[in-house]
Amino acid sequence: MKITGAQAVVESLRREGVEVIFGYPGGAVIPIYDAMYQAGFRHILTRHEQAAAHAAHGYARSTGKVGVCIATSGPGATNLVTGLATAYMDSVPIVAFTGQVATGLLGRDSFQEADITGITMPITKHNYLVKRVTDLPAIIKEAFYIAGTGRPGPVLIDIPKDVSTNLVDFYYPEQVNLPGYRPVYEGNARQIKAAAALIQEAKKPVIYAGGGVIISGAEEELLRLAETIQAPVATTLMALDAFPGDHPLSLRMLGMHGTAYANFAVTEADLIIAVGARFDDRVTGKVDTFAPNAKILQIDIDPAEIGKNVRADLPIVGDVKRVLAELVPLLPRQEHEAWLEQIAEWKRKYPLTYDQQEDLIAPQMVVETLSELTRGEAIICTEVGQNQMWAAQFYCFKKPRSFITSGGLGTMGFGFPAAVGVQIANPDRLVVDIAGDGSLQMNIQELATVATYKLPVKIILLNNCYLGMVRQWQEIFCEKRYAATELQNPDFCKLAEAYGIKALSVEKPEEIRPKLEEALNYDGPVLVDCRINPEENVMPMVPPNAAIYDMLGVEK
Amino acid sequence: MKKHSHTLAILVMNNPGVMARIAGLYSRRGYNISSLAVGETEDPRISRITLVVEAEDENELEQITKQLYKLIDVIKLSDITKDDAVERELALIKVHCNSTNRSEILQIVDIFRAKIVDVSQEGVIIEATGDSDKIQAILDLLRPFGIREIARTGKVALVRSAAGR
Ligand SMILES: Cc1ncc(C[n+]2csc(CCOP(=O)(O)OP(=O)(O)O)c2C)c(N)n1
Ligand SMILES: [Mg+2]
Repeated sequence: MKITGAQAVVESLRREGVEVIFGYPGGAVIPIYDAMYQAGFRHILTRHEQAAAHAAHGYARSTGKVGVCIATSGPGATNLVTGLATAYMDSVPIVAFTGQVATGLLGRDSFQEADITGITMPITKHNYLVKRVTDLPAIIKEAFYIAGTGRPGPVLIDIPKDVSTNLVDFYYPEQVNLPGYRPVYEGNARQIKAAAALIQEAKKPVIYAGGGVIISGAEEELLRLAETIQAPVATTLMALDAFPGDHPLSLRMLGMHGTAYANFAVTEADLIIAVGARFDDRVTGKVDTFAPNAKILQIDIDPAEIGKNVRADLPIVGDVKRVLAELVPLLPRQEHEAWLEQIAEWKRKYPLTYDQQEDLIAPQMVVETLSELTRGEAIICTEVGQNQMWAAQFYCFKKPRSFITSGGLGTMGFGFPAAVGVQIANPDRLVVDIAGDGSLQMNIQELATVATYKLPVKIILLNNCYLGMVRQWQEIFCEKRYAATELQNPDFCKLAEAYGIKALSVEKPEEIRPKLEEALNYDGPVLVDCRINPEENVMPMVPPNAAIYDMLGVEK
Repeated sequence: MKKHSHTLAILVMNNPGVMARIAGLYSRRGYNISSLAVGETEDPRISRITLVVEAEDENELEQITKQLYKLIDVIKLSDITKDDAVERELALIKVHCNSTNRSEILQIVDIFRAKIVDVSQEGVIIEATGDSDKIQAILDLLRPFGIREIARTGKVALVRSAAGR
């Protein structure tokens, strides 16, 4: 039977097991919207295409499934760009559909034409411009396969309007034919043996875990590795939820705003076991001072990550979960008493702390209280800036896929729409966006989405009336010249109420706990406006391009 | 730092945008391409690209090849710099030419087994094929006569089959 290209899109989504699509309509996608409408396909209307991409991201990261979004041609498509770049940097599987002008109008600067495949080439894992409707099902099949396998990432499919309306004999292929795409999952057995030997020689090993652990679902294998060889675990921002924050072997986060003890441990280590981590400059600091005494064992599914920023003495290319599952049984139980004692001493001497001033609300206390009240079991989204770093430092994560933050791109305005996607995917979970006043305003329109779909997302706004993280840099590096970082904000509570959303404000430290309790117990969306100490800083801090053991806020 | 030339033979899916993907990768990551030649293979769905790149060290070269490999459309890639390969480039060279120097130019063309493919009042167009060294040599010899324009294809290369060695 012949169906239209638009119907073929919907049918293909069904075959891929897609339950929901986030998007925003427009002329070039009217046929696809019509087909979705007629098929009763679930669609969530965000109030900006960027939010649709972030929501698909939140959906994908909290479930491990591929997230799907759609936008119209031209401005709709370009509005997706930040969302795609965000997903690309954090290896998040998304399939994005965009409408395009009809094939006959391509390349003529037609109304609402934008070369979105050209624009997104460097920020997608792959993309397609569909020229013939007969190619459409196979392309969709490939797109889902590419997005979700190997090192995941966003894939964009640009569909000209006539391709959506033309008829096709629908046939959905069972398999893809991609001779140029063969991800390696099994680690080389010889390398794994060599790794086991290297690990047994080490006296001061540190495991450095990254987002790859979450993506491959390797948190149990990671725990087993750490416990078997009694090695402390430092995680990146992307992997805070990959290892229990309250585990005795946890060093929490390393790098620019990491713990002093994580940064000291990495610096003193004689072996770094990098697991699904990519040696970002926010982690390594000045790269030639990173782990100066250590051999580096690097496990990653992406061969291009091996040795990209830091030399790897022993690389293993493969899926982190499978490689660890092969590696751990080769390892005898080890004890590193002296090393762990040294680390315990650093932990005693340099804990994560903050000043509790009398009348001022310490943002760290807000996050700590939230962590306690939710027992570390909420799914936390964040915006970007100080709010994000305080969330990372003071929320004690216990379960994988519970921390959804923009790591690689650092996209302000990410957290709230991501929380929309997370809540759609996890209707019974508590979903919190730890927000900054600057970032929240970048996608504040999603209050309407939350209200429309009655999504019980809790926004905990750490309101400092500043672009706080930039202000912090200006305080430290520009002698307090606060260029363009002071914010004259709206009354966030009134704004939330205008959207029909419950709002609470926290103005005194003693209000933190009761107001948070009230918000968390409320059955529906809430915004909690916490008027925090405006000039609070995130500490410790490694100045840019310094060694990570040289931290501000740590008295040695 | 001194850069070294490497010749990469790449087989790619002949999909629209594949050249943009490769070129974009180079500009974005700051790699240097000194020559690029592309054409269909015996299978029209597949193209062969011969790429000459400059790399500072093994590390940079490794990154270049891995990033290329990451492209979905790249099927196969090999560094054939050290292989026994036949390498050719074609150049069209327009040179000033008059009655006083004509015979000298013809002699050079002869020595290099090049061809005169066009003659006019002001000059001649010479077609030369050979490896990069040979093209360089003929250009050096012709330069004193006044080269007006050059068009070069970039290097193409095929590794000799094992039986031929
Ligand atoms: C889209 C975008 N624009 C600019 C920046 C640069 N930037 C990083 S943090 C920050 C300040 C964020 O302010 P706010 O959301 O209030 O968070 P705070 O640091 O105050 O907690 C800025 C402007 C960014 N990361 N993303
Ligand atoms: Mg702020």
